[in-house]
Amino acid sequence: MAEATPTSRERPLSPHVQIWRWHVTMAASILHRVTGVALYGGALILAGWALALALGPNAYGGYMSILGSFPGKVVLFALTVSVLFHLANGVRHLFWDAGKGFEPRTADATAVIAIVFGVAGAMALWLVAAALGAL
Amino acid sequence: MASFRTPLGRALGAGSAKRGVGHFIGQRVSAVALLLLAGWAVWSVLVLARGDYGTAVIWLRSPINAALVALLAIAAFYHMQIGMRVVIEDYFEARGTRAPLLIANLFLCWAGAALTIICLLKVAFGDAGAV
Repeated sequence: MAEATPTSRERPLSPHVQIWRWHVTMAASILHRVTGVALYGGALILAGWALALALGPNAYGGYMSILGSFPGKVVLFALTVSVLFHLANGVRHLFWDAGKGFEPRTADATAVIAIVFGVAGAMALWLVAAALGAL
Repeated sequence: MASFRTPLGRALGAGSAKRGVGHFIGQRVSAVALLLLAGWAVWSVLVLARGDYGTAVIWLRSPINAALVALLAIAAFYHMQIGMRVVIEDYFEARGTRAPLLIANLFLCWAGAALTIICLLKVAFGDAGAV
């Protein structure tokens, strides 16, 4: 150790991701990034929808039948969960930016709320969609 | 050659970058915009999912829907461009991969926004005979 030069000396590392115990706040943080990336794909699906609409009834019908197929519905349900979770967790971020909600109990509770809101909200929306005949 | 000055010593007195927080603020402001548009967007998706091509055209002929969907596209593609930029900057350190990915992200978001808005405006301003 004594011979180590300043340039080659090992610098202290923060604990690796595998060492952390899972927290709900950590899960919410990771999910925020994952759902954000998923919604990037969702926005491209929206762009494709706009293009299909501009191309006319045939293209639009074809695009909507792809979205309405079983794999399409799975993707759209995942995107619904993503929208609602990302929205709720984004509100948490806005409160943090205002300096509020950092207490561990508050942060834990709001993380649980955001995750439940994403999943339960998506199921509720899809039930409404089914009731309206939109599926 | 290694500098003996600490990072803090190098930064002190150099002044702020002035526009360094631009993306940070833009990310938050576009988030607020998307938050305000969310309720209308969910309702619109339900209407559109229920209907066919004609429903979508009539929906888009409403100036309020056309304006809000254009704003949604602008806010969403702007917001996601910054978000993906942060993700790329976190995971890709080498300049040879980072720069092309950042440029691809920027171009894809601008292309997506332009395509979405122009396609929607084309339908919104199209003549009724096109239905």
